[in-house]
Amino acid sequence: MLVNRKLILAHFWLAFVVFGIALTLGAWQMFIRSPIGTWLSNPELYYRSLTAHGTVMGYVFPTLVAMGFGYAISESALQQRLVGVRWAWAGFWLIVIGSVMAVIPIALGRASVLYTFYPPLIGNVFYYLGVVLVVVGSWIWVALMSINLRVWRKANPGAPVPLAMFANVAGSYLWAWTAVGAALELLLQIIPAAAGLKATIDAGLARVFFSWTLHAIVYFWLMPTYIAYYTIVPRAIGGRVYSDSMARISFILFLVVAMPIGMHHTFADPQVGAGFKFIHSAFTALVALPTLLTVFTICASVEIAARLRGGRGMFGWIKALPWDNPMMLALAFSFVMLGFGGAGGLINMSYQLDASIHNTQWITGHFHLIFGGAIVIMYFAIAYDLWPHLTGRELIDLRLIRTQLWLWFIGMIVTTFPWHWVGILGMPRRMAYFDFGDPAIAPQALSVTFSAIGGFILLASGIMFIVILARGMRALQVDAGPYRFALAVHEPKTVPVALNTHALWVALMIALTLTNYGYPILNLALSSGTSVPAVYVGAQ
Amino acid sequence: MTAQDTHGSASAEVAARVERRWATIAVIIIVVMAGLAAFAGIHRATMPQPRVEITDPSRLHLSGEFVESNLGSVLEANGNVTVHAIGQQYSFTPACIVVPVDTPITLRATSADVVHGILIQSTNVNTMLVPGYISEQLMRFSKTGDYLMPCQEFCSFGHEGMWGKVKVIDKTDFANRAKGGGRLSCVGQ
Repeated sequence: MLVNRKLILAHFWLAFVVFGIALTLGAWQMFIRSPIGTWLSNPELYYRSLTAHGTVMGYVFPTLVAMGFGYAISESALQQRLVGVRWAWAGFWLIVIGSVMAVIPIALGRASVLYTFYPPLIGNVFYYLGVVLVVVGSWIWVALMSINLRVWRKANPGAPVPLAMFANVAGSYLWAWTAVGAALELLLQIIPAAAGLKATIDAGLARVFFSWTLHAIVYFWLMPTYIAYYTIVPRAIGGRVYSDSMARISFILFLVVAMPIGMHHTFADPQVGAGFKFIHSAFTALVALPTLLTVFTICASVEIAARLRGGRGMFGWIKALPWDNPMMLALAFSFVMLGFGGAGGLINMSYQLDASIHNTQWITGHFHLIFGGAIVIMYFAIAYDLWPHLTGRELIDLRLIRTQLWLWFIGMIVTTFPWHWVGILGMPRRMAYFDFGDPAIAPQALSVTFSAIGGFILLASGIMFIVILARGMRALQVDAGPYRFALAVHEPKTVPVALNTHALWVALMIALTLTNYGYPILNLALSSGTSVPAVYVGAQ
Repeated sequence: MTAQDTHGSASAEVAARVERRWATIAVIIIVVMAGLAAFAGIHRATMPQPRVEITDPSRLHLSGEFVESNLGSVLEANGNVTVHAIGQQYSFTPACIVVPVDTPITLRATSADVVHGILIQSTNVNTMLVPGYISEQLMRFSKTGDYLMPCQEFCSFGHEGMWGKVKVIDKTDFANRAKGGGRLSCVGQ
């Protein structure tokens, strides 16, 4: 039951258009910093481009996908018209206005602070206000998801909340809370300085605030992907979810332990003591748990599909999987990239190992594998799966879709593996260009060239993706039927209250955040003499 | 009760058992990882700097340990070496650090303006420079030679041009150069 299809399509289209633009910028950046395109004499253009790429890929694109997908889940999983459609449109337009407001100062070179802001560097105030509007728009979505679930609960007292909606609401709460860190940094520190009300800023405190957002935001990006793993993939390949409760536990674990781990981003920072760094390191290890559980449950679910199709033997069933099904392909690619990216993440999580790769290209490689690889490829799969239901038209060209997914997978590997390598060699990140004439840097030229080629493969794949969707808007009309989610092998008749509601877990999430962040933040906020003069970007 | 139901509950039990086993393995992996990190931290003393120290970046050049005459390497009475350095848009001072091989070295550094970072290639020396705070990093080089030391954190438009150097020289050479006291850098070598 998808009633508000226009609303959902608007979110997806805006998401994919800005994604296409940011992807083009990314490929251009790869090209001009490589030895094959060294014509850029003004690095400032590079950092404008990098700021736009990061801001769109980090805030705008995944938020819009999560919102559009969330509305689709709310209507189709709950079998209930979306409550608050007008508010949903208001949220959408806030994001549009916020994005435009942020992009103008970026394009003018007045906000080249990258998407992680870097105070005491301070950009134009409209850039930050734009980001705030995007976040406020998404908070409307958070409220709507919560309200819609409540309305459903009233109509269905005691019934198990459909898994897709349970996960969707967990993701929205995670986002609402993790965005608070950056919001505090922006509202209390950066915007007053950008607006000229204050001339100093505590850079150390700002970095701690931002780390509150900076890691859990990744799990917010990840949520639609994990929802697709559990509730779309098994249905699309003709199988069943191995375990409904395991899925719920995974989403709850993300909600609780993804939040209080961000300080591993400040492992090398002088303003946080060793103790809290160790605590955050241990919690970061813990967040591998829901992913390990998911890998198991999804592999088991896929195995069920294979055996239903006649697959046999210890590993022989893998052959019986429907490999020509784009969803199967996307899942396999996503898992491979999640495997490499996750292994890299476990290395980053350790303070000792982090020291050798902190802020090198390794990190860029790691998060591009996770976000650009494992996550975005499932965004593609979600769009392909939903499109016929949203447009009432079929997506016929499965071969083109498979080619697109293959290109994305290959492009991502070709881009990120060389980054990991040069990262180990100590190549710093966020560089507009390198002096490849320096004998100490020259050996890295080949790796950087490979990455640039990977960037263009990704761009080709992204263009194909948008073309496939656009062609799908004009294809033959079909009745795609109601949008369904995968069933579990053992459909839950009753679910324990703890696995059917979020209150307890939200409370735990907040409590853990306060214990893991409260003392360091208070300590920094109360110490005097740590504020430094703001440095305004573009003010000469 | 039908045969179907009995079959269903039996398979549910199998599923629950397999899940438990997998969850246990996952938890063990994580405990081992956290344990290794704790062991390396405590036994091998590879932990982050324990103390948070602050300094006013707008007064660095006037007084305190980061005044210009104090920047560079100094041989302490106990044979250890201390290096003081600052980062600013878009260079390090000193631009080239000279240190002896096989000697415990303490690097103390800070930033005079925005956030920078120090990374010495082919080593594990890697720390952030946040204005207002002092970063301390222990290091020891096992090989002589020249190492590149790029700024590893975005510090605005000139970031890509901010590359320092570390020159690791023979112990006795260093001791000879340090005889007169004062601070050493690669200058004059």
